[in-house]
Amino acid sequence: MTDAISPSGAFVRSTVIGEQRPPHRVSGPVLWIRENLFSSLLNSVLTLVFVASVLWVLPGLIRFMFITPVWVAESSKDCSADLLKHPVGACWGFVNAHLGYLFYGQYPAVERWRVDIFYALEALGLIWILAPKAPFKPAGLVFFFLIFPIAGFILLSGMTSIGLATVQTHYWGGFLVTIVISTVGIVASLPIGVLLALGRRSKMPISRLVCVIMIEFVRGVPLITVLFMANVMFPLFVPEGWRPDSLLRVLVGVGFFSAAYMAEAVRGGLQAIPRGQYEAAQALGLGYWQMMIKIILPQALKIVIPNIVNNFIGLFKDTTLVAIVGIFDFLRTIQASLSDPNWRSAEMPLAAYLFAAFIYFIFCYGMARYSLSMERRLQTGNRH
Amino acid sequence: MSTQAIPRHESPKVVFYNDPKIRSLFFQFILLAAVIALFWFAYDNTLANLKKRNIAQGFGFWNVEAGFDISQTLISYSAASTYGRAFLVGLLNTLLVSGLSIFFATVIGVIIGVLRLSKNWVVSRLAGFYIELFRNIPLLLVLYFWYGAVLSSLPEPRDSIAIPGDIWLNSRGLLVPRPVILDQFWLVGWSIVLALGVAVAITRYARRRQAETGRRLPAGWLSTLVMIGLPLIVYFAAGQPLGLDLPVKGRFNINGGLNLAPELVAMVVGLSTYTAAFIAEAVRAGVVAVSKGQTEAAHSLGLTDGQTLRLVIMPQALRVIVPPLNSEFLSLTKNSSLGVSIGYPDLVNVFTGTVLNQTGQAVEMVSVTMLVYLSFSLLTSAFMNWFNTRVALVER
Repeated sequence: MTDAISPSGAFVRSTVIGEQRPPHRVSGPVLWIRENLFSSLLNSVLTLVFVASVLWVLPGLIRFMFITPVWVAESSKDCSADLLKHPVGACWGFVNAHLGYLFYGQYPAVERWRVDIFYALEALGLIWILAPKAPFKPAGLVFFFLIFPIAGFILLSGMTSIGLATVQTHYWGGFLVTIVISTVGIVASLPIGVLLALGRRSKMPISRLVCVIMIEFVRGVPLITVLFMANVMFPLFVPEGWRPDSLLRVLVGVGFFSAAYMAEAVRGGLQAIPRGQYEAAQALGLGYWQMMIKIILPQALKIVIPNIVNNFIGLFKDTTLVAIVGIFDFLRTIQASLSDPNWRSAEMPLAAYLFAAFIYFIFCYGMARYSLSMERRLQTGNRH
Repeated sequence: MSTQAIPRHESPKVVFYNDPKIRSLFFQFILLAAVIALFWFAYDNTLANLKKRNIAQGFGFWNVEAGFDISQTLISYSAASTYGRAFLVGLLNTLLVSGLSIFFATVIGVIIGVLRLSKNWVVSRLAGFYIELFRNIPLLLVLYFWYGAVLSSLPEPRDSIAIPGDIWLNSRGLLVPRPVILDQFWLVGWSIVLALGVAVAITRYARRRQAETGRRLPAGWLSTLVMIGLPLIVYFAAGQPLGLDLPVKGRFNINGGLNLAPELVAMVVGLSTYTAAFIAEAVRAGVVAVSKGQTEAAHSLGLTDGQTLRLVIMPQALRVIVPPLNSEFLSLTKNSSLGVSIGYPDLVNVFTGTVLNQTGQAVEMVSVTMLVYLSFSLLTSAFMNWFNTRVALVER
């Protein structure tokens, strides 16, 4: 049969066309580049401008950070381009020389192994409760929220009866304080936040009112003012003899602050639980607390793990604010090292801040990735 | 069929301590008592502590002479002014830095958010890098970076860096032309108000005409023309009543112009670059939330690309974007309190810092500062409620 003109006059093909080669460039890198980088005039210009600016900045930055930096230095003189008679990059020697101070503060050198154990316990606890496949989850929760805080406190501040010398909190500093504040923030804020969220959702008008005022008040003011309140007002609120430790005051402030934000995250989870779950629990004859602890909270908290982790990222970044009320956290110890007369120079801050940004970025970005992966995991878990 | 009376349902006898109503009352009573006891405890101790330390109470300080200087004042202020005046100066400085930063952060954030959405791989990756970088480092570090590493390494005034448009940059900050308002300027001011009114009228008329006859007016172009044209005509007719005091570079120094202190520049640059990352995420999320079917439906109705964006995508995206955007603005305003760390004289720095140190009245100072920020956030949530009811989807 051959192609024919049908009675209506339209062309009808009746033979099969043989296989043909695919049109030119339907796949492969060239097409990808054309479609993604040069699809239009504007796009081409954007690509060229952005690539050019990256090529302009990146080599200098790499040279500054990795090729010509000074790795070991005794003072700012070792990093001075004028004295060395050749251009130098970042003064990593500054970071190297202060490494102990940045990570332990003024914690006595002979006792720093205690801080190391504290870091290790913290890492163990976090991995235990955060890793989705870690075994014995309830034990992990008890460890992180009960055993670890007590053990950590004894370890860091010392207990003479078991042979650990007392180390006062004003010797603590640097990354240690950053970790202590954010850990206390998370350990204290989760239970308080859950209570506040439950109170806000409860049918009892007075408890609802108290919780709403507390949450909205704290969320409406900047953390700095809460810290000022903890620092200058809190000592006035208690009898004169108590004299709360300055780190403790800040911890109380941070705990309150993060509890309010945590409460809102948990409330989101509580609202997402279908009514049927509550009704089913009540039909089984469970009381309020049994219903909450056994049925509602395990589901609600699981949903909001990403939000909780995001809160934690915010808290971790916000710990830098304690410097303003005189606590030596990581960023504050960097500032203090920068004002050391031996190390004072105009180029030093750039290297120091790059290092600080690197440390904060690693931790926050790691947590953000974790939160994202949890979100994906939870989404697939809910799909039927 | 005989009917049988259903026995009256009697509530089972419950011991009083198991009655939910009584329990609820009991627990609320306990809570109330605990809160009151806590406040009483704090109040009592505060009174005793204040008396022991000889600290005054109440708001009598408001009219006392402050006796300290503030580096940047928008209203007239001297060491002889009152604490109340100092409070106002700090508040205005907070509003100034927040307003400027909100403007720049929105501009940068929207640009980065749009770039992040681009199909261009290089562009979207670089925008993503910017967002991830700023979202994962503390704001305080960003401020220290701009203030301590960038602005402090700028040259001395005699080696100032020139920026096109008569702007100079040096270690003492940014020098920009200062507008000098002359006598007839009020005419221009009123012409702007008038132009605004005319533009609104044009838009309304165009909308009504389209609804009645279906014919469209280029209302956007017309109102833009009026908004720019009318003030310009009045400006020249009134004899150009706006002068510019340009900064002029001398041998060692720069004279004239408006000097923006490095603290202000660092705050604005730091706050806007940091918040821009969060705004970019909000913008991206909003545009992604509008489903692709909307674009296709608009195209199949015959709308052009521009119309699709303006009439279909943007109204729906804005509904998603505005709430997080608004809370970013609020948190930017709260974050401006970090000015205290680099010496920018904002409300917290002036009031909770200097005034508190001088008077020692911690309770009053901290409470007043908190109240100011609280009212900001209450205003914001009031606006949000209004906005949400306005844009809420009208469903059957």
